[in-house]
Formats: sequence, structure tokens, C-alpha cells
Amino acid sequence: MDPAFFFIQFLSGLASASNLFLIACGLTIIFGVTRIVNFAHGSFYMLGAYFAYTLTQQMMALLGDALGFWLALPIAAVAVGLCAVVMELILLRRIYRSHELFQLLATFGVVLIVQDLVQEVWGPEELFGPRAPGFTSFVVIFGFRFPEYQLVLIAAGPLVLGALWLLFNRTRWGTLVRAATQDREMVGALGVNQARLFTGVLFLGGFLAGLAGALQLPVEPANPFMDVNIIAEAFVVTVIGGMGNVLGAFLAALIIAQLQAFGILVFPEITLVLPFLVMALVLVVRPWGLLGKPETSTSHGFAGDRPLRPLSRTQQALVAALIAVLLLLPLVVGEYSQKLALEVFIYALFAFSLNFIMGAGGMVSFGHAAYFGLGGYGAALLVHHLGLNMELAILAAPIAAGLGALLFGWFVVRLSGVYLAMLTLAFAQIVWSTAFQWVELTGGDNGLIGIWPSQWASDRTVYYYLTLLVCGAAIAFLWRASHAPFGYTLRAGRDSTVRADAIGIDLKRHQWLAFALAGTCAGIAGGMFVFSKGNIDPGSLAIPTSVDALVMVLLGGIQTLTGPLVGGAVFHLLEAYILPLTDYWRAFLGAVILVLVIAFPMGLAGFLRDRLTREESAS
Amino acid sequence: MTDASVLKVEGLNAFYGRAHILFDVALEVGKGEVVALLGRNGAGKSTTLKSIMGLLAEVRGTRSLDGQNLARLPSFRIAQSGLGYVPEERRIFTGLTVMENLEVGRQPPRQGAPEWTPEKLFALFPNLAEMRDRPGGRMSGGEQQMLTIARTLMGNPRAILLDEPSEGLAPVIVEQMARTIAELKREGLTVLLSEQNLYFAKELSDRAYVIEGGRIRYQCTMAELMADDAVRHAYLTI
Repeated sequence: MDPAFFFIQFLSGLASASNLFLIACGLTIIFGVTRIVNFAHGSFYMLGAYFAYTLTQQMMALLGDALGFWLALPIAAVAVGLCAVVMELILLRRIYRSHELFQLLATFGVVLIVQDLVQEVWGPEELFGPRAPGFTSFVVIFGFRFPEYQLVLIAAGPLVLGALWLLFNRTRWGTLVRAATQDREMVGALGVNQARLFTGVLFLGGFLAGLAGALQLPVEPANPFMDVNIIAEAFVVTVIGGMGNVLGAFLAALIIAQLQAFGILVFPEITLVLPFLVMALVLVVRPWGLLGKPETSTSHGFAGDRPLRPLSRTQQALVAALIAVLLLLPLVVGEYSQKLALEVFIYALFAFSLNFIMGAGGMVSFGHAAYFGLGGYGAALLVHHLGLNMELAILAAPIAAGLGALLFGWFVVRLSGVYLAMLTLAFAQIVWSTAFQWVELTGGDNGLIGIWPSQWASDRTVYYYLTLLVCGAAIAFLWRASHAPFGYTLRAGRDSTVRADAIGIDLKRHQWLAFALAGTCAGIAGGMFVFSKGNIDPGSLAIPTSVDALVMVLLGGIQTLTGPLVGGAVFHLLEAYILPLTDYWRAFLGAVILVLVIAFPMGLAGFLRDRLTREESAS
Repeated sequence: MTDASVLKVEGLNAFYGRAHILFDVALEVGKGEVVALLGRNGAGKSTTLKSIMGLLAEVRGTRSLDGQNLARLPSFRIAQSGLGYVPEERRIFTGLTVMENLEVGRQPPRQGAPEWTPEKLFALFPNLAEMRDRPGGRMSGGEQQMLTIARTLMGNPRAILLDEPSEGLAPVIVEQMARTIAELKREGLTVLLSEQNLYFAKELSDRAYVIEGGRIRYQCTMAELMADDAVRHAYLTI
């Protein structure tokens, strides 16, 4: 092939590297100082594009094309920066001391709310922006035409990098930010108002993301999916570069963008998976990214963690009563309620398995949907391609999910804290991209349909009992494991890695096994889910599904074993009764998340239990 | 005890979670005084200083600096009101140069307190003058200890809390540190010095509080303490 063509491809890679860097550098700066992984950064990017769309329309009419356009972009970026400031003042300030899980979830709550807001204001259609005045034509490079505007984008990355370098190395504010990145408490003890510093950092990060979105408008229409599409890649760039490191983000953006620019020539189907594969590889070799420094996080427990106790007599009686009620339920209620109830069992198992690695294991997974979906796809593929019946196909659910969890878990347990959460997210995105892009095997976006139970189990009531049996058994198994020496060991490692090591526990092996067990059980839930719905699509593997599981756990409360069950039930019933009533389900869910994180960090079950124990001790 | 006490603490109680660490700690430091807070490892010295500085989540009791109430203020306000804090772990910003570390500590000049500039500090710590652009992470323990004191002085404090400045340093550096603190005392700086090294504290301090198990057990002038074998044996020697 023509070397000139490769050069052009290289230039395209540089342009998208600039875009990635502009988003990721704000993300990495915000993380460096506040230690918060900001899911809403993709929303800032999207808002930048939409603000630029509206502002260019108004200002180009008012001030003429050139002046109007080139003024509109920075104003849009400033407006996004101000949105970020509002988020810092209202939300982040309340959760700086919270567990990283709450921080991730809270910013994801913002994502959901912004999605609905954007659709409400700008509608669901793609909005095409104007072309950039002065850069509407092509330049000819080695006989190939290359858009002038792409050259602007190529220049933007290094320019911003240089400006940031000056800001951080030549101003007092930048020096304070760098100091706070290392030890924010000490910066405070030296008389620096951290709160104001954080607000400034959020403005800068929001401004940069908004600028990236605004600059992208002439290339890509503003659309309501920009946020989620970009955020996963921005995470990858941030993690590969080393979280908190701007130069690292620049290098990582170059690597990822070039790999994609050339990867698409060799193997087009791999483009979505590629960044996550690279991230997994980099984290294995350098667990803190290319230029990152080791995190000094010691404990991964949650505030208010307390020892698990075996069930008391009363509680045993309650469990028995609950089982009896569930067994008798189909005699009393109709098909629709049975369907709801069996879905609750599935979600309860899904949430319970997540809580097993999170609560007892201290590993916050942001990609638990991967194992739910692997289970579902494992079973569905056998039915779809080999024509197997349910009894055989469903066996593939725990096996596929378990093998996936064994493989991914080997990498995951080598990390901790935020990096661990990011890696689980990356693995989930790998599985999701595969399901989405490998159309011949998985049916792509449409998924697989017609996955029904065998004749004998197709009756709703029979399937109800089957789900109750299977999910109940899996929950009982995980419950038992939590109270076995295995569970004690996990919790010991969660509370102090060093001390567990010192008394001779091979913690990684235990965590690995726990991860695989949890994945297997999530797979069982996924398998039961497929046959209850009759179909599966990549949505079951996507980030929102992982977040749903986290919300269920959070609803119930992380420290309790009953929490995920309560949470699964509350979540699914809310979904069943509120989703049909409103166009704003996502905003509603986002608001629920924010309320949970800020007001009930112990979850509903934890909150009620605390109220009860407090009343007991008061009386 | 002087009438014009600069730093005054009363009924200080501190908690780590459910653990009660400090019990009704009370102490005073007069203007220009160097007062030692002596005690063994784990006696509550560092916790006392951190509590005064607003660095612990759960603290009760009154703390005031020149009559200004410090309780309920976040630590940056406490620092801005003129109380400097030199942490035991030094907590140098390792990625920042010496000059940048000093810049982070810089606060506007303050009435009634000596005004420090990098040049004045370099005269006090000649070693630092030779490594202005060296990253904090590439300095020896003694150099870092000097930098952490210099950094706090950049805030032009009325008084400083100095947490075990002799810890982990070679004897020759400890001597140098003692001379520096004596120099600061001559400049009129008010110091609350936490120490377990009695002989280091002895040279510098006017008075002493002895802390054990989170309670102040004994207070006296330094000379009285050196004369009282029983107290030294009970609370200080190992």
C-alpha cells in the first residue's frame, strides 16, 4: 500500500488523539486532586457539543460567521465549566470522604439526569453543527485530500498540553493543585482553602471537556449518545496514562488513537475492543499506568462495616416464613405478578453475587454485567446456533460466566481500589463490544431472539418455581460461603491486606476464587433471565446494567447479606411500576442514586437496621 | 505561666471512630515560649497537635490562638489565623521542588509575627539554599525535616506546632535542628514542641507537659522536670 496513505491515516489518528486527550486530561486532573473518578465527564463533553450547537447558531447570525463561530466555542466551554462547578458545589462536596463506589455511582447519577435533560431540551435527533469558518476546505498531502479542520484538531492537543504545563508549573494555583494531588490534607494545614481549589479544578476539567465537545461539533453531530460512547474510552486513556498524570494521558491518547487508526485497516471488527485490550495489557505490566504512581489505599471496607453474624432464631424463622410465602405465591397471584416475582429472584441473585465480592471481598466491580450477560449469551448461543434445549443450554450459563470470571478475575485481583473498578469496567466493555460487533455470532445490536424454555417449563408457574429453586440455591450457596472460613478470610483481606498477608493468607487466590464464584452465580442469573425473556441483547452487558446491580446493592445496603435481596426487589418493582409511567426513568434513577449516596449511604436495610438498634439501645 | 498566652487549649477530647484517645487535655503556651509536650510513643502527643490543628474528624474542647476561637474552624482557617503545623511524617510534596514546596506554604504577612521570605529561610537553613530546584522526593530525611519547617514558616505564623522534629534523624542533624529551633526562639516564635527525646527538648524548652494515656499527667518548668527523677521514670523512660 501507498506509504502516503499511511501518513494520512497517521494524521487522522493524531486528530482523534487530540480529541481523546482533551477529554481525558480534564478527567485525570479532577481525579488527581479530588480522587473522584468522574463518570459525568462524558456528559460535560456532550454538553459542550450541544452548547456549541446552540451558541454557534445564535452568534453566527449576530456577529457574522467567523467571529460568531470562533467566539461560540470558548463560551460553550466556559458554560460547561460552570456546570461542573455547580456539580462540585451541590454534589461532590458532600462525598469527598465517601467510599469510591459512592463517588462513581453519584457521578453516574448525574450522567443519567443529564441524558434526560439533553433529550428534553434538544430532542433525540442528531444535530449537525456548522463547518468551521476558515477551515472548510482540504489541503493536499502527498496527493491525498485532508480536511483543514482536522489540522486544527491536531494542533489543539499539543497546544492544550503546553498551556496546562505552563498553568501547573508557572502559576501559584498550578503549584497548589500539584501539591494537593499528592497530599490535599497537608495543603489545607498550610492554609490553602481546599474547597475553592477543588471548585477551580472542576471548572478547568469541565472547561476542557466542553472544549473537546465544542471542537468536535463540525466533525460529528451532537447526539444524546456521545457521553457514554466517549467516557469509556476516556477512562481507558486516563488509566493507561496513570490516573492524575496529564502527560501520561497525552501519551495514552496518542497510543490508543493510532492503534485505532491502523487497527481499522487490518481488522475493522476490533476497533471497539482494542482500547480495552490495551488497557488490560498495560495494567498487567504497570498496574498504575504508564506514568502513574502507586495508590496508597489501605482499607477497602465501607464505613459502618460490622461483623457478619449467623442468623438468629427469629431471623431463621423469618427466612422460613419468606420461603413458605414464596412457595405459596403462585396460588394467590396471577401470571404477571409471578413474572415480576421471578425477575426479582433473578435480580436478587445478580445483586447478591455482586455483593459477595464487594461487601465481603472489598472489590468494587463496575462491570458485573459482563458475567450476567456471559451467562445469558452462553445459554442463548447454544439454543440459537446448535438448537440445544433449555436443560443443556442453561448449563452453559454458569460455565461461560465462570470461565470469563476466572480469566478476567486473574487480572482484576492484582489491582485494588479505583484501578480495580476501572479494570472490571474495561473487561465488561470488551465483552459488550464483542457482543455488539460480532454480528454473525451474536446478532449484534439486535441480539438473539426466540430463546424459550422447554415445553415442560414454559408454563409461567413452573418457570417461577424453577427460578425460585435455582436462584434460591445459588443465594444459599453464596450465603454459606460468606459464613465459611473462606468468607472470613476474604473479609480479613478486605480489612487489611497487609495483616492478612502477614498471617499467611494467599489473599489473591481467595479473591480470585471469590470473583469466579460471584461471576458464576451472576451467570446463573443471566441464564434464567434469558429464558424468562426469550431474548438477549448487548444491553444486558452494558454499563447501565452493571450500575443497576450496584444500585440494587446500594439500595439494600452493602454491609448486610439481606440488603441485596431487599435492593433487588425494591429496584425491580420500582422499574416495573415507574418505568411505564414516565419518560424520565433515567433521571428518576439518577435522582434515586444521588439520594441514596448522600442521604442513605448505608442503604435502606442498613438505615432501618441502624434506626432499630438505636431505638433498642435508647429504650 | 505567662498572662499573655498565645495558644490556649482546654478540655480537649479526641476520638478515632469509637476509640476515645484524648481526655480533657489542657495546655497553654505563652508568647515567645517554647513548651514541650513530652510522652512515650502512643501517649497522644501527635493526636494532641492534630486535634489543635483541626485535622481529626471528632474533636471536642476549646482551642484559641491570641484569643481567637479555633474550635469548629477547618484546618486551613486555623492555619490562616496564624497557627503553623509541622507534621511528624514531614509530608513534603515530593514531586515539587524546594522553592515550590515553600510557595505552597506562603501566606500574606501578618501583624505581630515575623515575616519570612525564602531568602531569610535559606539563611536559617543553608543546606536548602543549595537545592532550590531539587524535587522534595530526592532529599535526605534531615533536609526534608528542614524543608517542612521552612515551609510552615512561609505562612508567617504566630505560633507553630512542631511534631517530633528529631525523630529518625542522625545525631549530628538533631544537634543542627536544635540550634535552628533555638534560633527561631530568639526570633520570638512561639512553639509547642512534641518530643520523646528528653535531651533534645531539655535544651530548648521553658516548660513541659507530660502526657500519658491521652491525659496530661504533669506540668512543670523544664528545670523542675530534670530534677524530678520519679516523674521522668514513670512517664518518660522506657
